[in-house]
Amino acid sequence: MSDKVLLDYGSGGRASQRLVSELFLKYLGNDELNRLNDAAELDLKGRVAMSTDSFTVDPIFFPGGNIGSLAVHGTVNDVAMMGAIPRYITCGYIIEEGLPMSDLERIVAAMGEAARHAGVNVVTGDTKVVPKGAVDKIFINTTGIGEIIVDPSPSGDRARPGDVVLISGTIGDHGLTILGTREGLEFEAGVQSDSAALNHLLVKLVQELPDVHVLRDPTRGGVATTLNEIAGSSDVCVELDENALPIRPEVSGGCSILGLDPLYLANEGKFLCIVPGEYEEQALEIMRADAIGQDACRIGVVTDANPGKVVLVTQLGGKRLLNMLEGEQLPRIC
Amino acid sequence: MLNKFRDPNLSRKLLDRLGDELDGELRFMEVCGTHTVAIFQSGLRSLLPEGVVHLSGPGCPVCVTHESEVNAFLDLAGRDNVILATFGDLMRVPGNNGRNLKQAQADGARVKVVYSPFDTLKLAKENPGDTVVFIGVGFETTAPTIAATMKMAREQGIDNLQVLCFHKTVPQALIALMDDPDTRIDGFILPGHVSAIIGLEPYRFIADRYARSAVVTGFEPVDILQALVSMVEWRNQGVARVENYYTRIVPDQGNPTAMSVMYEVFEPADALWRGLGEIPGSGLEIRPEWESFDAKKSFGVTISETPPLPGCRCGQVLKGVIRPDECPLFKKVCTPAKPVGPCMVSTEGSCAAYFKYQVD
Repeated sequence: MSDKVLLDYGSGGRASQRLVSELFLKYLGNDELNRLNDAAELDLKGRVAMSTDSFTVDPIFFPGGNIGSLAVHGTVNDVAMMGAIPRYITCGYIIEEGLPMSDLERIVAAMGEAARHAGVNVVTGDTKVVPKGAVDKIFINTTGIGEIIVDPSPSGDRARPGDVVLISGTIGDHGLTILGTREGLEFEAGVQSDSAALNHLLVKLVQELPDVHVLRDPTRGGVATTLNEIAGSSDVCVELDENALPIRPEVSGGCSILGLDPLYLANEGKFLCIVPGEYEEQALEIMRADAIGQDACRIGVVTDANPGKVVLVTQLGGKRLLNMLEGEQLPRIC
Repeated sequence: MLNKFRDPNLSRKLLDRLGDELDGELRFMEVCGTHTVAIFQSGLRSLLPEGVVHLSGPGCPVCVTHESEVNAFLDLAGRDNVILATFGDLMRVPGNNGRNLKQAQADGARVKVVYSPFDTLKLAKENPGDTVVFIGVGFETTAPTIAATMKMAREQGIDNLQVLCFHKTVPQALIALMDDPDTRIDGFILPGHVSAIIGLEPYRFIADRYARSAVVTGFEPVDILQALVSMVEWRNQGVARVENYYTRIVPDQGNPTAMSVMYEVFEPADALWRGLGEIPGSGLEIRPEWESFDAKKSFGVTISETPPLPGCRCGQVLKGVIRPDECPLFKKVCTPAKPVGPCMVSTEGSCAAYFKYQVD
């Protein structure tokens, strides 16, 4: 194959076949995908969770991952948040003509590795190559599907007064890493994306706890926006304790310089978990037993004081609203 | 070190002292948008004693950028061979027709958000066939860096970088506020960042001429509370003082090097402030010897007084005459998603801060 992706590779002809067999099947191949039929034949039972997401991240390579691993983690996590075991995943690649073949290989290899680690099979896919400038290097769409193993499923409208709000780890790492890498800013060592598959831990959590009310991954819009969605859907107040928020000092410092709030930064390897108060310790124990949940902690409670709102109890003991993000966060003048 | 300035126990003690010392009402104004946000973000506002009336002043650079200045940079967006460079704050500021830089960008205008004015040097070098126009908005905090960027551009022979200079200076705005018969302000929390450049002297008139107190202070709860406690105590003693409590960052004499660079490139001029109108000597213009950098001159930009937006009471909010939630448009037709006035546009604007942080 050429050292750069050519329009030929999206032609549907021999060049496309070579790309699929020599690259995609090499890293993503399995019994179903290798059959190269027009559609995949799946073996699923009972209630099914399905989710799709498109990944257009800039830069495509960042400390802690790349667009390929991110595409798997993002979709696998979305399916798992429904109390489901992710089983199958699809991938659609839209590639800009001229992308170095070595970059594409790194991305597909990372996707394969992430899928293996998450225990999902990529069963069908698509590749398009578009003229230079039509997309920014590479876009990936993934759809995931899995079997729901609890009834009822965790859902954003099931938070109830008396519940506790838990988070599986530190806040804002992915968002600050992406922003920092994009702008060529160097932060203190240790800031890297938290991109990770959460499904193994989530499955354990919903299997061992009798009633998990809400599971959500606070991706775009961050913890603040996600909690606002939950407060709105459940018509409850989420009261967050600022003292309890796990934020790395280097993330906090980077945000302070740029005028950003870590509560609105994206996370790609964390989840929010809302459970009845009596399950707090049990839930934290399960989370902390797993490497990706070792920093899990309680960050707030659900009340009926201000329905639909998220209120932050500050370190000082004052209260303020934590609103939904309006548009993207932009660095300020001074 | 910052932890001691955020110490909840110390803050609680200062809050108690403030309550004990307070005899009547204290109407204080923080001039700087970063203080506005700090007071809300720390939850301090919800803890202040009832008699302490908190007003937000004209210290948010986006808020005070005049409508005609906004129209001017929106007019440049989308012109052939022009790349507009700006800090992120200005991207959502609407012009008279509601259009903003985000929409201009979607329509094809080349707009680049930069983190430092120095980023524009690289941008200009990478685009030799275009003119990079940096939107120079902000106070004494920002102007020296932009002046330094222009000096560097000249040294490097970069001739396709220009500045649309709308800089404003804080002390003259405070004079205008104190001279306004509608305002009732007992004391000022003075801006930390601006003061780091200009020092303490330019504020002396607050005590000398108007018999009010003012404190330059940092952005942590203990900083702000200490300033409030002192202003109440001074009033109780019948004195008015201007003090610097932010000595960890602000030298009393300011930063003479930054001031010198700023005044090498810029000179004082009259300026239009949104909501406050024209304030003599409150702006900065590019000096004639730096004219080749002046986007106003090369693009023929004229700035003139325009009628305020219908129903918008941002002017009274900026002067501390009314609170944001006393404006009839607040939260109804004026929201961060669809701001009517400038105080709702900027994340550091007082209306946006009320909208974003006020629980009830």
